[in-house]
Amino acid sequence: MRVQMEINGIRTESNTDATTLLSDFIREEAGLTGTHAGCDTSNCGACTVLLDGRVVKSCTVLAVQAAGRKVTTIEGLGDANDLSPVQYAFWKKHGLQCGFCTPGMIVSAYALLQRNPDPDEEEIRNALAGNLCRCTGYVKIVESVRYAAKLTREGKTPFRAAARRRKEGEIHGPPGESL
Amino acid sequence: MILHPFEYHAPETLEEAVDLAEKYGEDSKFLAGGQSLIPLMKLGLFSSGHVIDLGRVRGLDHIRKEDGVLAIGGLAKMADIEGSRLVEQACPALTDCAVSIADPLVRNMGPIGGNVCHADPANDVPAVAVASGAEMVLVGRQGERRMKAQQFFLDTFTTAAGRGEVLKEIRFDAERCRGSAYIKLQLQATDFAIVGAAARLWVHDGTVGECGIGLTGVGPTVLHPKKAEGAVQGSRLGTDAFSRAAELAAAEARPVSDLRGTAEYKQEMAKVVTRRALENALKRAGGGRR
Ligand SMILES: Cc1cc2nc3c(=O)[nH]c(=O)nc-3n(C[C@H](O)[C@H](O)[C@H](O)COP(=O)(O)OP(=O)(O)OC[C@H]3O[C@@H](n4cnc5c(N)ncnc54)[C@H](O)[C@@H]3O)c2cc1C
Ligand code: FES
Ligand code: FES
Repeated sequence: MRVQMEINGIRTESNTDATTLLSDFIREEAGLTGTHAGCDTSNCGACTVLLDGRVVKSCTVLAVQAAGRKVTTIEGLGDANDLSPVQYAFWKKHGLQCGFCTPGMIVSAYALLQRNPDPDEEEIRNALAGNLCRCTGYVKIVESVRYAAKLTREGKTPFRAAARRRKEGEIHGPPGESL
Repeated sequence: MILHPFEYHAPETLEEAVDLAEKYGEDSKFLAGGQSLIPLMKLGLFSSGHVIDLGRVRGLDHIRKEDGVLAIGGLAKMADIEGSRLVEQACPALTDCAVSIADPLVRNMGPIGGNVCHADPANDVPAVAVASGAEMVLVGRQGERRMKAQQFFLDTFTTAAGRGEVLKEIRFDAERCRGSAYIKLQLQATDFAIVGAAARLWVHDGTVGECGIGLTGVGPTVLHPKKAEGAVQGSRLGTDAFSRAAELAAAEARPVSDLRGTAEYKQEMAKVVTRRALENALKRAGGGRR
C-alpha cells in the first residue's frame, strides 16, 4: 500500500506492506540509518524517534500508523557539520562509548528539554528510562543532558559558532577540534 | 520483523470501526497503540487477516470530569493520563499506575483502552479499574452498554467485550476514588510487576464506607479479592483491618513461579503490596487531598 509521511520535514512516500515497521521504513525507504534497530523487541530504545513531537519506539509502530504524520529522527536534529546542542553536549561530555544507543538517547533527551528546559537528575533518568545503554553506566549521559540543558537555556550553539569561525578562516582543523 | 501479512484499515469514526469489525468478524483485530499487539505479531502469535486501527478514530482520547465522574476515552494515552491533574485529584491510583507502566516511549503510544482490553494479567490498569469499581463503556453493532470493571475481566487475554465491541470510555467516580493508591513491586523501573496492588477507600464518618482492591500478576487475570474488601468495609479506621485484608488477599492469590520470582515469594509480596496500597489510600482518603 501507498504510505506517505513527513520525515525531518521532507515528504517521503513509498509502496510498502502493512507489516512494515516504522524503523524499517525510516532506514530502508528513507535511507536514514541513524535510527538504530537494537533489539527489535521493544526493549532498548535505540530506535527512538519523534512521532508528531512525542518519543516512540519506531520498531513498535507500523509505518502505516505513522502515515500522514510528522517523524523526526536523529538526522533531523543536526548533522556532523552542524551539531545541535544536545548532540554537541553528548560529544563534548563523552556521553557515549560505542554509540549504538546514542541516537535514541539524544532524541529522548531532546524531547525532554523541549518540555522541561531545566530537568534535575531524577527527571533526566525518568525521561531516559526506555533507552538502554550497555556501555556508559549512564553517568556521562546524565551529565551530557544537563550540559545540553544549560546550552539550550542560554541559547548557545558552540558547534555552530565554531563552524562559522572556521568558515571565515579564523580557526582551522576538522569540526570541533578547536572547541 | 512481522511475517504474517494482514490488511490494514484506518476508520475515522467509531461507527466505521464497528462496521469493519462486523464485516471481517473472527478474522479481524483492533489495533490501539500496538504496544502489545506489535510485539505479538513479531513473535508470530498473531494471525488475523484484518487489522482495524482505532488510532485515527476521532474524539476518543479525552480526559475530563463531568458531574463528579472522571471520564477517560479509550484512546487516551497513558502519558497524558500520567500528566493529568484531573486524574491525580480524582483517582490518584491511576496516576501511580500510569507512571509505573513501561517507559515514556511505550506510554506515549499505548492508550488506556489497550491496557485493559489486552487483559494480560501483567497489565497494571485492570487492578486500578477493579479496585475503583470503574465503569466500562462499550460500543458495538447493538449500540452502547456499560458494565463494572469487576465483570469485565474474565481470563487471560479475555474480557467481556464482545467481538467487534470497542471500549469507548472508562469512568471513575471522583468522590469515591479520591482515596486510592497503586503499589507495584518491580525488578527494575521499566519492568512488568512482580506483583501489584490497587486499593481504594471511601471514608465516611470515621468508618470505611467502601473498599476496593485489585491485584496484578497473581493469577490468570486481575484478582478481585472480595473477602479482603469485606474485612475493611465497614471497619473503623485502623491498620488491624488492613493486615487482615492483606492476609485474605494473599490467600486468594494464585501466582506462578517465573523469572520475576517464585510463587511463594509472590504470595508473600501480595500481602505486603496490599497493605501498603491500603495505607496509602487511607492517607489520601483522609488527607484532604482535593
Ligand atoms: C517494553 C514494554 C513494557 C511494558 N510494560 C508494561 C507494564 O509494566 N505494565 C503494563 O500494564 N503494560 C506494559 N506494557 C504493555 C503496554 O502498556 C501496552 O500499551 C498495553 O498492554 C496495550 O497495548 P496498546 O494500548 O498499545 O494496545 P494494542 O497492542 O494495540 O492492543 C492490545 C489489545 O487490546 C485490544 N484493544 C485495544 N484498544 C481497544 C479498544 N478501545 N476497544 C477494544 N479492544 C481494544 C486490541 O484488539 C488488542 O487485542 C509494556 C509494553 C512494552 C512494549
Ligand atoms: S530496537 Fe526498538 S526498542 Fe530496541
Ligand atoms: S554507548 Fe554503547 S550502548 Fe550506549
